[in-house]
Formats: sequence, C-alpha cells, structure tokens
Amino acid sequence: MHSDPTQFALIAPATLSEALALLSNGRHTPIAGGTELMVALAAGRLQQKSLVSINHLPELRFIQTTPTAITLGANTTFTDIRRNPTIAAELPLLTLAASWTGSIANQNRATLGGNICNASPAADTPPALLVYDAAVTLISANPETRELVERTFPYAEFHLAYKRTLLHPGELLHSVTIPLPTPAHHHFIRKVGTRNAQAISKTALAAIATVGDHHTLTEVRLAAASLADRPVRLYTTEAALLNASLAAADITTTVLRARAALASESCPIDDIRSTAAYRTAVAANLLEQFLRTLPA
Amino acid sequence: MTTIKLTINNTPATLSVSPIKRLLDVLRDDLHLTGTKEGCGEGECGACAILMNGELVNSCLIPALQADNATLTTIEGLANATHLHPIQQCFLEQGGAQCGICTPGMILATHHLLAQYPNPTDAQIREGLAGNLCRCTGYMRIFESVRQAAAKSLLPNH
Ligand SMILES: Cc1cc2nc3c(=O)[nH]c(=O)nc-3n(C[C@H](O)[C@H](O)[C@H](O)COP(=O)(O)OP(=O)(O)OC[C@H]3O[C@@H](n4cnc5c(N)ncnc54)[C@H](O)[C@@H]3O)c2cc1C
Ligand code: FES
Ligand code: FES
Repeated sequence: MHSDPTQFALIAPATLSEALALLSNGRHTPIAGGTELMVALAAGRLQQKSLVSINHLPELRFIQTTPTAITLGANTTFTDIRRNPTIAAELPLLTLAASWTGSIANQNRATLGGNICNASPAADTPPALLVYDAAVTLISANPETRELVERTFPYAEFHLAYKRTLLHPGELLHSVTIPLPTPAHHHFIRKVGTRNAQAISKTALAAIATVGDHHTLTEVRLAAASLADRPVRLYTTEAALLNASLAAADITTTVLRARAALASESCPIDDIRSTAAYRTAVAANLLEQFLRTLPA
Repeated sequence: MTTIKLTINNTPATLSVSPIKRLLDVLRDDLHLTGTKEGCGEGECGACAILMNGELVNSCLIPALQADNATLTTIEGLANATHLHPIQQCFLEQGGAQCGICTPGMILATHHLLAQYPNPTDAQIREGLAGNLCRCTGYMRIFESVRQAAAKSLLPNH
C-alpha cells in the first residue's frame, strides 16, 4: 500500500543549526539517506508525518583522521567509507561491514548515522563499531535559546533496548569517533545471511584481539548482531577468554569455554529471518573460527 | 508543494511537486520519462536505478526534495538521436534483455561499474550488478553484455 505523499511534510534547512532549531520541538523526524524511511513510506507504515532532511548538510558529511583516531560524520555513506584508504587500512572491519550493506545503489545513499539510529539489532556496522570502542557525539539545540549542546558517550551505551537509543527527541547523531587499534590487533568479522548479496544478517560476529608471548589472549573484544534485542558487546565471553591460552594443547578447552560463555549470554529473538537456537549456534561457530585463526 | 530544480539528461527542469514524492514518480509522472521502471518499490530490485550526480541510486527511495539541484541521468539520456549507447548496443547484441523491465537499471548499473572499473573482474561485475534483479535472462547473457561493453570501451577511439 503506497502512502499519499501529500500527507507528509518534508523540508531541507540550509544549515545544521537551522535543522537543529527546527528539530528542537521534538515533533519532526530527521531523514538522511532515506533507505529505511522511504521503505516505510512505500509500505504505508511511516508514522512520522513531518520530516526534516539532513542529507545535504556538509557539516555532517566528513571523515577526519588524526594520529590516534578517525571521526566520521553521521552523513558518511557506506560508499564514502569503502573509498577511504585510511579506514580500509586501520579499521578493516568497518570497510567490510560497509561493503555488504545492501547493493552499490544502496551504499551510495545509506548513511552510517541512519544505520546506527535506526537501531536494528541486525544492522551491519554496529558490531564493528562496538569492538573498535567507538564513541558517539550527539548534538541538539536548546528549544528556547537555540544554543547548541553536544554530548559524547561510548557507543556501547547507545542502544538501550529494542529500537530504543540514548537519542532525545530533536537530537541528532553528529559523529562517531573511533580510536585507532594498534598494529598488534587481529581483526575478524563475518556475517551470515541467506545469500551473499543484499541480505540482512541472521547473525554476525566482530572481534579484535591481541595475543601475548605465551600464546595467551591479552586483549579481546567481541560484538554481535542479532544475538539480542539490540547490537551487543559480549562481555561475559570476553571475560571468559581473557588470558586464555591458544596453544595447541589448550585450544580445544579454550574454544569450549568460549562457546559455553557465548551461549550463556546470547538471547536472540525468533523472527522471519531465523530462530534463536540457530543464531546462537552459528555465532558460536563464528567465534570458534575466529579463535582458531589467531596465531597460536 | 515545493519547487525543485534539476538537470535531467542535460536539460534543466523546474517542477512543483510534493517534497516527499518518490523521485521515481517524478520521473515517470511529471517528466514523462517512463524508461525508469518500478519493480519492488523498496530498494531491492534496481529496476528504478538512475545516476544522480554520477552515482547509481534507486529512485524509488529518494524523496523529490533530496534531488533538488541534482544532475540526473536516466536511460533516456544515454542514446543520441541516431545511435544507441555502446552499453545498450551490447545488451542488444548479446541478448541481455528479454521483457526489458530490469534493463534500464542494469544498463545504468553497468555504466556506473565501467566508470569505476573500465576492465572489471567477474567479481566486480557480480558486485556491481548485485542490486539488480532479473526474472528472465538467468543473468548469463547480461554478464556477456557487460563483458562486451567493457571490451568495446577499452578499444582506442572510443
Ligand atoms: C534493499 C536494502 C538493503 C539493505 N541492506 C542492509 C544490510 O545489508 N545491512 C544493514 O545494516 N542495513 C541494510 N539496509 C538498511 C539501510 O540501508 C541502512 O540501515 C542505512 O544505513 C540507513 O541509513 P539512511 O541514511 O538511509 O537512513 P534513513 O532512512 O534516512 O534513517 C533511518 C533512521 O535513522 C534516523 N536518523 C538518520 N540519521 C540520523 C542522525 N544523524 N541523527 C539521528 N537520527 C538519524 C532517521 O530518523 C530514521 O529513524 C538495507 C536497506 C535496503 C532498502
Ligand atoms: S523499484 Fe526501486 S529498487 Fe525496486
Ligand atoms: S529481462 Fe525481464 S526482468 Fe530482466
């Protein structure tokens, strides 16, 4: 059922401060690349009747590199991410996640901000951002004074529950800042969907780790898509793996312990794409694959 | 209603439309350019693909207002008065089109692919066209069309 376009308002303010001033009464919804909201419009299930386009705002479309971190504006598209050689070298999991987020036509429009703020537990970039310890900067305008207010949080705190985030009405995600991993970090990501191209994941696992002198995991961060009602870090599994041995004599024990820890903290949903049991089993397999590919 | 200005196939146009009207409908209803097709209406099939500021996009997911001041190329903008565009010619010669619904999107996706990778690998062709679904050809003839178009465009004087 198509919606009647005349029932919707959409405006495109010239600057970020004008957009924030408009949004500050909490009655308008931002639209970036539209690859979520326009699908909802087509299906006749777009609830929000008044939209503010932020897609054209250059203040939100940038990639800034410093010696210690990379900051991406919310309007950065997946194509922007894929074309950036620094991201490919330093944050390969983000480049990979961007490369399998829908088709090329989708990647040319879909934004990082939209992927995060849409807050689907199955979205592709959150697991990578979680293991990279990203921070999110949110921005809003005070409704009376129009003064701009910024807040910065660890991205791990951003998702509160199913489709619920830290964002207040009228607030925008401004940017995502990712500290650069060291050359010693090993990176892993794998998505399992129905087919390779353009499929939403049944589950996905991202991981980064360092291995010390005695074949032990000296640091490990894990995150998954679709193992809970929101994108999650797997803290219990991380704790079970810290200082665990990857030596040939110990790897089987380490893998079993990791699989059990993951199963204990995994609480996926059953939905049209998959079942909870399948998701947990596949995520455990991905975790095992990651552990067995680390240098022992 | 809102006024938008765009350049469509090298011609400037000014239109008065609902700002959230799908660019696909603006092309077909307001500009009478019915070469751009609707398959799914939700970003999955690529039948509505066009070039916007040189980038491949699905016009069913773009609100008209976001095309304000954009430069658009649709399938109607590829051929000249006497000759098909070489990519169109290759689709014709290789049997890359049957019912034709997916074809405009396939051709624009090919255009976008070859602009980036003039000599694409099979994997690049596969990825470049992964967002374009075809219910007729079984894809092999489309592949051959793209390969021929790449080979042709690599020839001198082209
Ligand atoms: C065919 C198809 C395939 C897809 N495949 C995948 C896939 O494989 N993996 C995947 O993860 N996703 C996929 N998606 C979903 C979608 O493309 C992504 O989630 C995309 O990143 C959304 O970004 P957008 O800018 O288009 O979002 P929009 O539709 O513009 O917005 C999405 C939501 O985020 C909010 N929002 C946007 N920007 C901001 C901001 N700066 N601050 C606050 N709120 C904001 C909007 O209000 C809205 O609620 C697919 C979509 C389609 C149509
Ligand atoms: S009609 Fe736009 S992608 Fe299918
Ligand atoms: S030729 Fe019919 S859908 Fe491709």
